[in-house]
Amino acid sequence: MSELVPEPRQKPAVPMKPMGINANLLGYIGIDTIIEQMRKKTMKTGFDFNIMVVGQSGLGKSTLVNTLFKSQVSRKSSGWNREEKIPKTVEIKAIGHVIEEGGVKMKLTVIDTPGFGDQINNENCWEPIEKYINEQYEKFLKEEVNIARKKRIPDTRVHCCLYFISPTGHSLRPLDLEFMKHLSKVVNIIPVIAKADTMTLEEKTEFKQRVRKELEVNGIEFYPQKEFDEDLEDKTENDKIRESMPFAVVGSDKEYQVNGKRVLGRKTPWGIIEVENLTHCEFALLRDFVIRTHLQDLKEVTHNIHYETYRAKRLNDNGGLPPMTVETEENHESNL
Amino acid sequence: VFSSDIQNDGCRSLSLSGHVGVDSLPDQLVNKSIKQGFCFNILCIGETGIGKSTLIDSLFNTSFDDPVSTHFQPNVRLRAQTYELQESNVRLKLTIVSTVGFGDQIKKEESYQPIVDYIDAQFEAYLQEELKIKRSLHSYHDTRIHVCLYFISPTGHSLKSLDLLTMKSLDSKVNIIPIIGKADSVSKTELQKFKVKLMSELVSNGVQIYQFPTDDETVSEINAIMNGHLPFAVVGSTEEVKVENKMVKARQYPWGIVQVEDENHCDFVKLREMLICTNMEDLREQTHARHYELYRRCRLEEMGFRDTGPENKPVSLQEAYEAKRHEFYIEMQRKEEEMRQVFVQRVKEKEAILKEAEQEIQAKFEHLKRLHQEERLKLEKNRRVLEDEMAMFIKKKAAAELLQTQALVSTPVNFKKDKDRKKDQGFRLELLCFDVRDEQTVNVHGQSEREKLEGERNSPREFQI
Repeated sequence: MSELVPEPRQKPAVPMKPMGINANLLGYIGIDTIIEQMRKKTMKTGFDFNIMVVGQSGLGKSTLVNTLFKSQVSRKSSGWNREEKIPKTVEIKAIGHVIEEGGVKMKLTVIDTPGFGDQINNENCWEPIEKYINEQYEKFLKEEVNIARKKRIPDTRVHCCLYFISPTGHSLRPLDLEFMKHLSKVVNIIPVIAKADTMTLEEKTEFKQRVRKELEVNGIEFYPQKEFDEDLEDKTENDKIRESMPFAVVGSDKEYQVNGKRVLGRKTPWGIIEVENLTHCEFALLRDFVIRTHLQDLKEVTHNIHYETYRAKRLNDNGGLPPMTVETEENHESNL
Repeated sequence: VFSSDIQNDGCRSLSLSGHVGVDSLPDQLVNKSIKQGFCFNILCIGETGIGKSTLIDSLFNTSFDDPVSTHFQPNVRLRAQTYELQESNVRLKLTIVSTVGFGDQIKKEESYQPIVDYIDAQFEAYLQEELKIKRSLHSYHDTRIHVCLYFISPTGHSLKSLDLLTMKSLDSKVNIIPIIGKADSVSKTELQKFKVKLMSELVSNGVQIYQFPTDDETVSEINAIMNGHLPFAVVGSTEEVKVENKMVKARQYPWGIVQVEDENHCDFVKLREMLICTNMEDLREQTHARHYELYRRCRLEEMGFRDTGPENKPVSLQEAYEAKRHEFYIEMQRKEEEMRQVFVQRVKEKEAILKEAEQEIQAKFEHLKRLHQEERLKLEKNRRVLEDEMAMFIKKKAAAELLQTQALVSTPVNFKKDKDRKKDQGFRLELLCFDVRDEQTVNVHGQSEREKLEGERNSPREFQI
């Protein structure tokens, strides 16, 4: 039923609740072309993605990032590590790259955190990281509340944080728990078990179970968080993923010949560990998860939930947080 | 070889040694959008009877529920309806807003105002949501108008002044696509001249209409061509006519059949192509990135927000909010004080009224009390009178009895005395009533009199308050 909108100027006139699908569509109209239109637009704009890696030195963070993005993303290569000094405090280093594949352009920023957990006294070593993440939210917020806004606000917010767990085989370290407890509330954390080639299959399964248990007991929700599952479909898919996390990964940027194929792997006296072989390690699962299926979702959760939480708190506090000085960093383009 | 420690622009381009999977990103994004569904809002402005509803019905191949309106609307109003359409896996929330009574009034200066207000109201609603502390933009039902189809009358001459006025007031707020309604009343040659005239009038008056975008190579060519066909001359119809063994949407005249989807007959197909198949997403984007931003900027400046403070120093978000908050707080206090004053005033008034009422009641009570007193005194007097009479009666009775006993002693005793006495009661009673003044002895007869008196005395007491 139609309703005549009353004289405006009083309340904003809003169209009434939508009618059910009562329109009998005879013949093709072309509404579904909007998908193509949208796809074209996004390809033109490009995507961006900011991933942070956190973990003690020597856990293979840089190698893993290189393996994920199949290129020399990280400055470190095999010789570099031993010569570089371990920093005295936690440093935050963000480096941007452009990846183009299949006509799709992506601006990838890898945020490294050298010095994390490497000191003798590691108290509060997560604080610089938390501060960095909040600074990015602050930057975005400042842009968003401008009167004259940019067409695309540069997005430097951390979309995903890979946390590297040492493959001790026992349980999580206190540092791991402390970090994840603090940071899981502000950023999407994906825990990974590094250098998983030091564990047998049984040790792996047990360790993973124990880690999951410990995380649960400590109230740490890693990505994908249960509370953000939108519908049943999401839930079943994410449940499966949650059950197999943390992924036990091995990274490598060297290729070897195995069964006539060239594969990425690690050569040891007792065999070649194939990185992309699911029976050897779970790297492929991690890669598919982060890049091929959930990248957009990582960004959306960051934008719709973590950022909104930060914003609400900031506006509510009304001065609770001191005004932060913001350094100019590279301008990222956001496609949101 | 390592590039310098980069923290600014100038990112390295990576060369990939294998398949990463980045090419799946557009699909990921699109899938999310499909899940959420799309919104599209069309505003139709045109005179009554120019064919707005029919055109919309034709465009979307359905018959939306739309009652016909009369020409006698006192002012221009807007009618908005939302529908949910689905085509393959795409769900579209389509809102059609039509003017009612546009161009019907005798005085038309205010005709465009309700339309401008409506458009602004949708922007305002979005802005309010965006400014909330706890907001849900993600699931917000976007009601902002994405495109305005402006129906021009097929006079064949030029734009009406109302058209110019309206379009001028809307061109910075919404994407306008001008179309010629009921174009089957204009001949082909006239149509070409008409279109040229219209476009030149629009240009010379500085009306910014929507330009189909030409920056994307895949659509730039067709969009450029279409830009040259504006305004689209359309004919709408939901009725089907048989033409060469096919049922087509058409209008049947004695001299021929005008087929809606024949490009030689009208530009309907072009309009549908441009509006839905090619540029729907661009229309939405322009609305958000250009028109809404402009509205937002103006509105925030109106509200007193600035990006730079009085000395042209950048005002931080915090300061701006503080200042606003302070303002609002003062305003709130003022309003509170006002309300309190009003409340106190009302209380006083009520008190006064109640007091008056109280006094009235008091007065009434006094009055009635007085009446009661008077009644009482009267009754007392009556009582005394009666009691005196009773006393006398008793005395007389006693005296009479005495006489009687004296008389009886001399005459023989008669057992019929009781009977007689009863018979003679009435007579005797009469006699006694006249004479009695003594109140010492009480007898049965006096008793009944007494009771009557008591009764009299009691009943007057039941007077009404």
